[in-house]
Amino acid sequence: MAERLLEVKDLKVQFATEDGIVQAVDGVSFNLDRGKVLGIVGESGSGKSVTAMSLMGLTRGVNARFEGEVLYKGTDLLHVSDRNMQDFRGNELGMIFQDPMTSLNPVYRIGEQIVEAIQAHENVGKRAARARTVELLRQVGIPNPETRVDDFPHQFSGGMRQRAMIAMALSCNPSVLIADEPTTALDVTIQAQIVELVDRLKDDFDSAVIFITHDLGVIAEIADEIIVMYAGRVVEQGSKRDLFYDPQHPYTWGLLGSIPRLDRPRVERLHTIEGSPPSLINPPEGCKFRPRCPHAFEKCTQEPALENHVEERAHLDRCWLDVEFKRAHRDATISGGTVEAA
Amino acid sequence: MTTLRQAEESGETPLLEVKHVKKYFPIRKGVLQREVAHVHAVDDVTFAVREGETLGLVGESGCGKSTLGRTIIRLLEPTAGEIIFEGTSIEHLGTRRLRPLRREMQMVFQDPYASLNPRKRVGTIVSDPMRIHDLGNRAEQKRRVGEILETVGLSPEHYNRFPHEFSGGQRQRIGIARALALRPKLIVADEPVSALDVSIQSQMLNLLDDLQNELKLTYIFIAHDLGVVRHVSDRIAVMYLGKIVELSPAEELYTRPIMPYTEALLSAVPIPDPDLAEQRERIVLVGDVPSPINPPSGCRFHPRCRYATDICKEVEPPLVDYGNSHLAACHHPLNVDAETLRKVAVAEEESPAAADDAALPHDTSGPSHPTPEPTAPDTHSR
Repeated sequence: MAERLLEVKDLKVQFATEDGIVQAVDGVSFNLDRGKVLGIVGESGSGKSVTAMSLMGLTRGVNARFEGEVLYKGTDLLHVSDRNMQDFRGNELGMIFQDPMTSLNPVYRIGEQIVEAIQAHENVGKRAARARTVELLRQVGIPNPETRVDDFPHQFSGGMRQRAMIAMALSCNPSVLIADEPTTALDVTIQAQIVELVDRLKDDFDSAVIFITHDLGVIAEIADEIIVMYAGRVVEQGSKRDLFYDPQHPYTWGLLGSIPRLDRPRVERLHTIEGSPPSLINPPEGCKFRPRCPHAFEKCTQEPALENHVEERAHLDRCWLDVEFKRAHRDATISGGTVEAA
Repeated sequence: MTTLRQAEESGETPLLEVKHVKKYFPIRKGVLQREVAHVHAVDDVTFAVREGETLGLVGESGCGKSTLGRTIIRLLEPTAGEIIFEGTSIEHLGTRRLRPLRREMQMVFQDPYASLNPRKRVGTIVSDPMRIHDLGNRAEQKRRVGEILETVGLSPEHYNRFPHEFSGGQRQRIGIARALALRPKLIVADEPVSALDVSIQSQMLNLLDDLQNELKLTYIFIAHDLGVVRHVSDRIAVMYLGKIVELSPAEELYTRPIMPYTEALLSAVPIPDPDLAEQRERIVLVGDVPSPINPPSGCRFHPRCRYATDICKEVEPPLVDYGNSHLAACHHPLNVDAETLRKVAVAEEESPAAADDAALPHDTSGPSHPTPEPTAPDTHSR
């Protein structure tokens, strides 16, 4: 049994805004063991990024309220003071952000920025920190790291910038790497390189990864366990195989069905999830997906709990529908629409 | 698909022809701002678009697909080459002479947040094109805006709202409504769905499809997502560093890629099926796209290509028709049988120049079906 690094229990995050209270994250629970990859999937506004940033203590502010527990090796990070949080950031939890263009400082050299990160967390000399930076850049696959370390971010391509960000996140050997849409801004060929890199580094650095994305294809490649979020809630949670081959929530079906897929015949018309995601200030009553769900019935006006309904015990979903009904009806959605007549 | 075939059979002239178009951007340096180099954004691109068809344009960022899209509808002036729209050469027309043509070609932009003026109301945004082109009076314009808003799935009551009151998907609908206001024939859509969530993306793709059927639109659809492009396109052009390296009927590009770059691009697309993802052989391309300021010699893809040999470094491969209107520019074509290869070689020897224009429709009788002209002696090739 691998070491348990993170235990998140019923995490809730609220922000008070001028328009009212935004329930950004509403009851997320998961465990993360060393060597595993947890994928969080959802659309914009589903709360996936807020979940990740809250783990790092990056959403703290006068208008934010937290509930639940985030246990990192037993310490509840939600109750660690801002000052002490600095010991966890970088050293224990590292983060990669979506847009490498905006998350690197354009007026400092790549090397300086990584050296700064190392020196902020560890008591090492400049020379040693620089040597480590070069080594890190080599590990993430930057060619000629000895010279490229003195480049400015604009001299790097998008993929290389993301590699530099990964090097920075790994600079203090964190046990948990949180990657928030790390490949979204990249081309498919570069995306494939980065996904492979994250997977390899996870083993090299013996860490665990939380991989946030909206791309189910990327998730299918890298994740062990998957959480599907919608309107701040977890609607389905389970192993990769459960999620892809026995999906239980109509929203998951919709996601699987609305991507034009290369591994299937071209469809005449794409399946769509009608409407748009609800407001988090004034969410619909009951199941949050009800207004867009083609299978909604009376019971859906009450909120279903995140429970296990199938044989695999670790597979949870938040839906009232009967399992047999779901298995009989989901294929029409997942197949992604009508296949073009040959 | 049907419209495309019908057009082919009836021998119609294409709606748009692009011949040897180049667009170079100068790089200036020093006090005198002398031109020291050029970015070869689009470098000798030739193709044609038939009425009612959707041509997909794919490639990595920096390959010149957006520049090509903008040059086609003359937001940019090409450095060289010809752009023929409905029989008229438009590559060097001035603003005034372009104006009537602007009604025929419109653009949908990528970012629905940046492409709508936040200080204008939806009604104004959509009616502005009609006002500029002096179409109808106020009342007529307003009625037409209501109609278009309904066509794109918004409601006429949205007339007086501001863009910030809409979600990303709805904003993209406003962008489409604006493009439709003048009843154009050709729409260049530059990454119209890439900023949208998957569930909204599929709504938008279906909408574009419906509009094409109803309004007989012709699309040039620029995107980097190969799944999306396959779904919408009749034909697809793959670009790499300013050149079209493969041009093929949509389905065939995916089942039978000829250019190794296309093969690598397809294999990099993640597939949302864990078992398939595991079984699949992945070609991970090393490195990044080279700089378009100083592109590699010969075949521009050779530094990243796993099949590259010496010839690829020296000779630039021409775009050759491998039959079934499937063109590719490669010295080591994949998925081509020996018979076709022999035919292509023969055709090339006969008329090396024709291969250059293989992407134009009237040339399909040339290199693909080597029917020697009666006057031309063809003894040397037999």
